[in-house]
Amino acid sequence: MLDVLYFAWVRERIGIPREQVETQAATVAELVEELKAREERYAAAFADPSALRVALDQELRDFDAPLAGVREVAFFPPMTGG
Amino acid sequence: MRIAVQEDPFDLGAESEAFARNCAGMGAVVTFTGIVRDLDGALTAMEIEHYAGMTERAITGIAEKAMARWGLGDVLVIHRHGRLKPGERIMMVATAARHRKDAFEAAEYLMDYLKSRAPFWKKEITARGAGWVAAREEDEAALNRW
Repeated sequence: MLDVLYFAWVRERIGIPREQVETQAATVAELVEELKAREERYAAAFADPSALRVALDQELRDFDAPLAGVREVAFFPPMTGG
Repeated sequence: MRIAVQEDPFDLGAESEAFARNCAGMGAVVTFTGIVRDLDGALTAMEIEHYAGMTERAITGIAEKAMARWGLGDVLVIHRHGRLKPGERIMMVATAARHRKDAFEAAEYLMDYLKSRAPFWKKEITARGAGWVAAREEDEAALNRW
């Protein structure tokens, strides 16, 4: 079971800040495909993966990163701190 | 080194004073302060969302790299989240080094990385509606100089 978190407009498009996801996905990219297939709001949020960033257990990673051993996945747009 | 991620305002004068006072052996202290800009007089508020947990971790990692690379005596980063009004202070960094070049460079490095690698997202609230601030390509490109 994965904790999946959404921030900024990704959170707004999907409509919830976090959820638990039961998945067999081996990589982030596979998880994204599973989520996109769920409902239109997920498809809209993940329409352009190049506009998104992903963190695994609070570390920035690439979409081809493996999910083995990961507990928390977060999707968000490029950051705008400072 | 002190990293603070908070909703409350901070006292720029008191923070700068305390930071500079505790820098024995350092010849240079640089501070930078970011302020909510009201671009065309239409901004009502700026909402800053962040990823609690990851934020502190990411900033600590950035600050540790700056400490090591420029041999800094100390680093301070304060970054606010929540709803801020135009003119309010969003964040500050302070760096202490033996010489000013290192203090300035480290402060710029911290700012470049905080902008693109610390998990904050800004939303501008105006009379016409609300919109997320998009990351700029030049902000990402700015990381390449380091």
